[in-house]
Parts: sequence; C-alpha cells; structure tokens
Amino acid sequence: MIKSFRGGIHPNDCKRYTSDKAIEIALLPSKVVIPVRQHIGSPCSPIVKKGDFVKKGQVIANSSAFVSSPAHASISGIVVDVAEYPHAVFGKCLSIVIENDGEDAWIEGIPFERDWEKLNDNELRDIIKEAGIVGMGGATFPTHVKLAPPKEKEIDTFILNAAECEPFLTADHRMMLEYSQRILTGVKIVMKVLGVQKAYVGIEDNKPDAVSAMEKAFAGTTVEVKAIPTKYPQGAEKMLIKVLTGREVPSGSLPMDVGVVVQNVGTIIAIYDAVVKGIPLIERVTTISGSAVKEPKNLLIRIGTTFAEAIENCGGFVEKPAKIIMGGPMMGFAQSNLNVSIIKGVSGILGLNKKDVNNGKESPCIRCGKCVSICPCGLNPSMLSILGEKNFYEEAKEEQNLLDCAECGSCVYVCPAKRNIVQYIRYCKMQNAAKAAQNAAKDEKK
Amino acid sequence: MNSETKVQENLFTISTSPHIRGEESISKIMWTVNLALAPAALFAIYNFGIPALITLLVGSLSAVGFEYLVQKLRKKPITISDGSAFLTGLLLAMCLPPTIPAYMAIVGSFIAIVIAKHSMGGLGYNIFNPAHIGRAAVMVSWPVAMTTWTKLSTSVDAVTTATPLNILKQQGYGKLIETFGSAPQMYKAMFIGTRNGSIGETSTILLLLGGIYLIYKGYVNWQVPVFMIGTVGILTWVFGPAGLFTGDPLFHMMAGGLIIGAFFMATDMVTIPITKKGQIIFAIGAGMLTVLIRLKGGYPEGVCYSILLMNAVTPLIDRLVRPVKFGARR
Repeated sequence: MIKSFRGGIHPNDCKRYTSDKAIEIALLPSKVVIPVRQHIGSPCSPIVKKGDFVKKGQVIANSSAFVSSPAHASISGIVVDVAEYPHAVFGKCLSIVIENDGEDAWIEGIPFERDWEKLNDNELRDIIKEAGIVGMGGATFPTHVKLAPPKEKEIDTFILNAAECEPFLTADHRMMLEYSQRILTGVKIVMKVLGVQKAYVGIEDNKPDAVSAMEKAFAGTTVEVKAIPTKYPQGAEKMLIKVLTGREVPSGSLPMDVGVVVQNVGTIIAIYDAVVKGIPLIERVTTISGSAVKEPKNLLIRIGTTFAEAIENCGGFVEKPAKIIMGGPMMGFAQSNLNVSIIKGVSGILGLNKKDVNNGKESPCIRCGKCVSICPCGLNPSMLSILGEKNFYEEAKEEQNLLDCAECGSCVYVCPAKRNIVQYIRYCKMQNAAKAAQNAAKDEKK
Repeated sequence: MNSETKVQENLFTISTSPHIRGEESISKIMWTVNLALAPAALFAIYNFGIPALITLLVGSLSAVGFEYLVQKLRKKPITISDGSAFLTGLLLAMCLPPTIPAYMAIVGSFIAIVIAKHSMGGLGYNIFNPAHIGRAAVMVSWPVAMTTWTKLSTSVDAVTTATPLNILKQQGYGKLIETFGSAPQMYKAMFIGTRNGSIGETSTILLLLGGIYLIYKGYVNWQVPVFMIGTVGILTWVFGPAGLFTGDPLFHMMAGGLIIGAFFMATDMVTIPITKKGQIIFAIGAGMLTVLIRLKGGYPEGVCYSILLMNAVTPLIDRLVRPVKFGARR
C-alpha cells in the first residue's frame, strides 16, 4: 500500500459520464481562433496576415524568447482576421482566425516517419520546441524549458503524471487505454532527453483499466507503473512526487530541485507525434462533460476550435448551463460565453447545471478546522480567509505562508460556512504583488 | 472585441475556481449535533419527568427567540433556522437541574445568546462556549436553585436527593457506595443514567452514543473527548482519597458533566483550537482543571469552568500550535 500525502479531499469524481467513451475525432471546425499566447512565458507575434493562405501544421506565430512556444495552423484555409478575441485564461488576446477551406491539407513535408533513437538530446529538445509543445495538463509551461533544467540540477527521475484527479476529466484515462504504445515511446524519448534511468507512471487507483494497460505497455522497462490512492489533489506535481518518490519539494522550490521532472499524459503524446511523426501540436484530446451537456464525450479536437463548435459535437446542451468551465471543476476557469477557443491547455470543457454549482451563502467562519486538516500545503486556510476579508494581506504573507498556497480549492470544497477561501487568498496575493510593484517603482525613482 | 461576437446575451456565471462544493453546511452540522443530543434528552424526560421537559423546551426555544430578537434589532440576517441557537439553548438546559424555575433558564439563555454570542459578533466570533457561560451565570446568580435536586422517581435503588459528586464531596466515598448499595450498582446507575444530576448529563451510554455518531460524521475529532476523559481518569486514579493510586477513575469519568462536556462542549468548533494538536492540548488542559476543581476546589464539579478557562487560552494555543507547511521539512 502506497502512503498518500497529508490532507486532500474526496469529491464525487463524476467521471462516469465519459470514462467508458472511446476518443472520438471531432468534426472539422468551420474556423479556428488561435491565440498567440497559449503558454506561460513571452507571447508570440503573428507571422501571417489577413488574407494569407495557410496549411495545417504551418507556423503562424513565433517568438525568439526561450520561454515561449510557437503556434501552428490547425486547419488549412484563409487567415480572415488577426485581432483581439476572447481568451479562455487571459480574458482577451491577439488571435489569428483561419477560415476552413475544407481541404485539411498538410504543409509540405509532414507527416513523416523518423527514427528518434538516432537523435541526441539537443535535437530532440529543438523538435519539441518547434512543435509548440506546452504542459497540456492545464499549466501550459513550455515543455522544452522543463526538459532543459540548469546544469547544476541533477535530474534522476521522470514522472508521468497520469493521476487525473480533477472530477469529470477522462482524457488522460482514455489516452492511456487507446494510445498506450505512443505513451511508451514518448516516455522513452523524454527519459533520453533528461538522461534518466528511473521513471514512474502515477495513476490514481480509480482507473484500474488504465493501470493494467500501462503495466502491459511498460512491461520489461525500467519504468514503474504505480496505482496510487485516489485523492484530490493527487495530480498536483508536488503531491505526486511525494507519493511516488517520498521526496518533499521544499517550499518555494521546483520539482527539479529534488531531481524530478513531471509531464502530463497529453504532453507525452504530443512529444511522440512531434518527434516520431513530425507533427506539431495542432490537436488534443479533451473531455466535454457535465450535467448540462447532452452527450458527453472525449474528443480529439483541433486547437482553436471554439467552445461553441466543440459542444455542438456533443449534441449541445440539455438545459442552459449555469457555468461553463475550461478545465476541471476544482481549478478550471469559468467562461462567460462560448466564443472562446480551445487552446493547448484545455483538458476539458464542462457545462454544469445550477445544482452542481450551488455555492450557498457565505457566512462567518465557525472554525470547524476542516480546511486546516485537509490542506495539502499545510496552511491555515481559515485564518488566511479572515485576513483576506479584513484586508490584512501583509500579515497573510508574513505570518500565514500565503505564497505556499497552490490554490487547489480543497478548503473551499469542504467549508461548511461556504467561505470563498481561495478567492480571499488570490486577493491577498494580488495585493502583495501590487504593493511589491509599487515599492519597486518607488525605488527606481530614487 | 470582434464585432460578430454576441454581447450580453446568453452569458454564463463566472467566478474563480473551485466551481463545485461539498454538501456540508453549518445548519447540517448544528442539527446533527442536536440530533446526537436527542437520546440523552429524551432519557432525561423519562428519568426526571415533566419538569425536565419544560426546562428543555424553555431553554432551547428562548435561545432561538433571543437570537431572533438580537438579529432583528441589529438588522442582521435572521439565522435561527441554522440550529446553532437551538443547540446552545438545548445544551444549556441539559446542564441545569430539572426543577429549576423557568425564568432562570430564560435568563441563562439570554446571557448565552445575547451576551456570550452576539455581543462578540455572533456565530463564529464568540470566545467562550455560550451554553457554559449561560450556565455559569445562572450558577453564580442562583446557587441554591442550581444545587437543589429532585427525588428520583424512576430509580428504585438509588433514591437520593443529591448528585453523586455532591455526596462524594460532602460525605465521602464510603457514603457514596452506600447510597447506591454497592460499587457495581453505582457504576450501573452512572452508566445508564438512573442517578441524580443535571438534566442531560446523567446517561453515560446515551451521550456516548451521540458522541460516537458525531465522531463518525466527522464533526468531532475523537482526540478531544478521549484526551479529556482520559486525563480525568488518570489523575483521579493517581490522586485518590487514600493516597496515590487509590482513586476511582471509572466513577469520575462518568460523574457530573464530564461526558456531555467532553463530547459536546469541549468539541464546540468555535471556541476550541483549530488544529488537532491544539485540540489535544485543550482537552488535556480541561481535564486537568476539572480534576483540580473536583478534588481541591469548593465546587463538587468543575467541567463547566475548566472548559471556559481553556476557551480563554484558545487563541494562545492557536498562536503556538500551527500546521506544518508542505515542503518545510525534507
């Protein structure tokens, strides 16, 4: 029995909607809206203009910065607009709109077959960068940066994050069942890039079929497939590392500081496609689910497809949803409309009805201590929420470890007083950042 | 924004994550605690008769009434349906003698709800356990009424007009055993509840039942009652009447308001430390003070005051005992 991490919660996983549904290829969208910023880091600049004809796989936005990731056309057609459009994470963002010509034609030269074992780690990293691959679990950190840790950090372990702890989401689960050979090769590629011998596949034990599929795929390798206790937020990097390796990433540090690199299942598939087939990241598997969606599905869908068209693939809504969420219900982003498009980090689109999002009325903290006992980061969320409510953001940072909060939302989930704890915490973080910026500006004037 | 974008129509609710929440709510917790007290309260009506029923009703309903009045006067949202005022009134009544005049119970409720709870800001802000503040106020105001006990009608072999702790304090351990006939008979009466005492504190078994239900529901950490009752057991055994290690821990653990206090008062979320470690310190402290008052103090019973004293140091305990953040140790 594997020892779990401290704290955590057991929300209803709601995965039954889609866990048995094979990945379905979505209809080609009539248009795609591709933002120049789908990652953490420097935004790209468009390198196409209105009226240009582009083909599938063509680079349409790029940046010379290291911490950045290019964007590719995901269909062939005419660029009809380069302007600001709604964005699922940033509100709005400069985007390239391509109208589908129905040909779905590849740019010359791809796809092809390549013997990846002949390539060295730098060549592999370059391929991954040029393919526009970012962390597809939702964080969207450029993958080539994560695979290029500074020399002084000795990496000895790679972890495939297949926990998929967010309720509703089943995309990783289905990929493990249907794409197991690509995952096997993808993991081998990453292990070569990192130069590590040891790797784990961490899967929550509520997906026994995925565990056996992975065990079968990785039989005879040095990769250990581990069924780990189902508990949210098991998929948080630091929790996963703790459970699989026993190492605790120090407060304020990164996984590479304990010699570990973690990648998500979708990212590994994208790495396989880029390295072996030469295909850049232009599509992904995403779960369209929720009580308000008529026919929940796991879709293989083009980047840039609008949420509206994605949901049409699932028969639309049975009722007007109360909330549309990009990602999972615990850490995802609520959307005000369906004009936003699917970007690289969209692991799911959820349409939730009123009952699902019934938040109740907030009342004062009754100090029940539930949040303290379940906080995986070992904080006192109750106190943080009270400090936030009263605008004591500096005390929150100095005395209550504000910056250690990962905003996993577990405390809000268990709170009987329905307090918006994470919201207060975000507010405190924002106030502290604003204050720091103000002080920096003052120092500059001096 | 693009001109084609439809604006203002068909917009969805937005808020920051998380977007789903658990089923727990304050009223669910409070009414569950009320339910857990129900067996002991019903037994009290059987044991003490109509006076107990009247006191229970007067206590809980007047508490609800005072909460309504305060919130109405302060123009605050009325939250009487959440069960917390009812619970305070019920707990207060269960800590009063069955024959207490109704107006005293009402004054207790007033002190508990208006002074101890709402003058601090209402639910969640009070420092002291409101029910115990109410009881303490009635105790100092009407000490005679608070120590006058009924002649038990239901108990054939334990007819007495004093509580076991009173007998122990004034007449000694020998007389105590004599009153009940024999030691096993005494334990049996204490366990089932056919003895004298405050309305809700007599039946160990039924209070345990309710307490264990709350532990099962996750509303009570088992450490609090176990450490508090355990501390009382160990200390009363060590400091016995005839020298070290001659005490009767079983009697002391079941006597007075310890069981109801440890399971229902020392576990009042609002007024105890927020961490488990802090709660253990609280429980041990309350247990030690209880024994100090029982063995050395002027009062026969000390649960009420010991919990109130520990309530006072709760903020200090919270300051000292904090959760260890992830990544603080390797």
